[in-house]
Amino acid sequence: MKTKIDQAHKHFLQKERTIKSHVFFTQLLILIAFIGLWEVASRLQWINPLLFSSPSSIGRLFYEKVVDGTLSIHVVVTLTETLAGFVIATVLGTTFAAILWWIPFVSRVADPYLVIMNAMPKVALGPILIVALGPGYSAIIAMGVLISLIITTLVVYNSFRETDPNYIKVVQMFGGKKIHIFKEVTLPASLPAIISTLKVNVGLSWVGVIVGEFLVSKQGLGYLMIYGFQVFNFTLVLLSLLIIAIMATIMYSGVGILERKLRNR
Amino acid sequence: MPFLTVDHLTHAYFSTKSVTTALEDISLEIEEGEFVSFLGPSGCGKTTLLSLIAGLLQPTSGEITIDHQTIHRPHKRIGYMFQQDYLLPWKTIEENIYLGLKIRRTLNDFNRTLALGLLDQMNLKETQSKFPHELSGGMRQRVALVRTLATNPSLLLLDEPFSALDYQTKLKLENLVFKTLKEHKKTALLVTHDIGEAVAMSDRVLVFSANPGRIKSIYTIPEHLQRMKPFDVRHHKDYNEIFQSIWEELNQLEDKD
Repeated sequence: MKTKIDQAHKHFLQKERTIKSHVFFTQLLILIAFIGLWEVASRLQWINPLLFSSPSSIGRLFYEKVVDGTLSIHVVVTLTETLAGFVIATVLGTTFAAILWWIPFVSRVADPYLVIMNAMPKVALGPILIVALGPGYSAIIAMGVLISLIITTLVVYNSFRETDPNYIKVVQMFGGKKIHIFKEVTLPASLPAIISTLKVNVGLSWVGVIVGEFLVSKQGLGYLMIYGFQVFNFTLVLLSLLIIAIMATIMYSGVGILERKLRNR
Repeated sequence: MPFLTVDHLTHAYFSTKSVTTALEDISLEIEEGEFVSFLGPSGCGKTTLLSLIAGLLQPTSGEITIDHQTIHRPHKRIGYMFQQDYLLPWKTIEENIYLGLKIRRTLNDFNRTLALGLLDQMNLKETQSKFPHELSGGMRQRVALVRTLATNPSLLLLDEPFSALDYQTKLKLENLVFKTLKEHKKTALLVTHDIGEAVAMSDRVLVFSANPGRIKSIYTIPEHLQRMKPFDVRHHKDYNEIFQSIWEELNQLEDKD
């Protein structure tokens, strides 16, 4: 009997592995086919190579820029701005949420303003930020913060508010004050919500920073894209885009790892 | 001298559209070491009364005193057990049973040993470093009992703590809670809608009528049943008679509505 179950289990595991490898190879195949088709289409002039470039010229440009050292500064600038925007927005948003939760009067007063600010396209504030903070890093970081701040505040506040009141009663029955409720119940209960806003914020911070760089910067990947666009170098535009995609994915997986670590605690 | 006094207590819930009187003119006295049950149809305010005694709600009028002290907020001599365990899922069992001690800043080695001793009494010592989701419903409610007892309250408020459990677990837990409370000489108030449970566990049963909540009648359980374990009371020949008369009274209350 035991060996039969073992055999079935082995069979089950094998099947799972097969499916997993099939999925992976199909994904790989799609990637290779896409790059290959792009290259062929560009060489045979099915698409305009001036506009759509080609994988090989992007690769060549990447190599050149790495060798002459002109790429790294742009990557570092953009990455720093994005990380700063991401961290500031998350910390500030959670703090605002805590204040709203702590003082119900404030949250009732702030409610319509938060709704308006959330509905407004934050990118439209770009020009005002540049005038207020000057055309530099601070305006770009502010852009990255602003775009995710309100939504972070709202999501985290809602999660604070939706904490099961019975857990709160447990703490109150032990004579717990608001600080105990926050520390022992509300904050830990909201950690999953905070982490899922982190995931959203990764994407939003990139949007804010790239738009900010479009508007003012002299450095960064957003700057490279605008520059490439102006001098009609679309290979440069596509290269920047690719680097952004890869870095955003890495940051997103970073948050995913953090999430798993906290879950397993 | 009574341990707990409820004096002409009235409580109403307000909303912008309506006023609901949950309790009207409740007076009662409870002696130290007594086990009293509140029994009644839903909406009779029995849970409201428990929350008022707990200090979680402020009465609209009237007064509640424990040991001559008026209750305005949760009192350190009162412990509360909820319908469900409400163990914090991100804390281990050990951290959960220390919660009250931690909040009251009395988490020292002595109290730690005491709490762990209680956990051992409940046969749950090996669950110490586990998380609540790894335990069954009955085990979790036992941990909740340890958490409540860890701060050494004199009065325990039990808000239908057995209602979410399956029947067998419920009967076992009734016995365990009864035995533990008697051993530690605790006073207890039990809110329940289960007539059998009220009769089996209590010294006195207070029957409430609804809309607004009032005390309709009081049953004193015969002394020889008071001393018996809940499970044995359920099989005693005198049990059925009391059960029947409370049953009829509750039926009459429902018919009136």
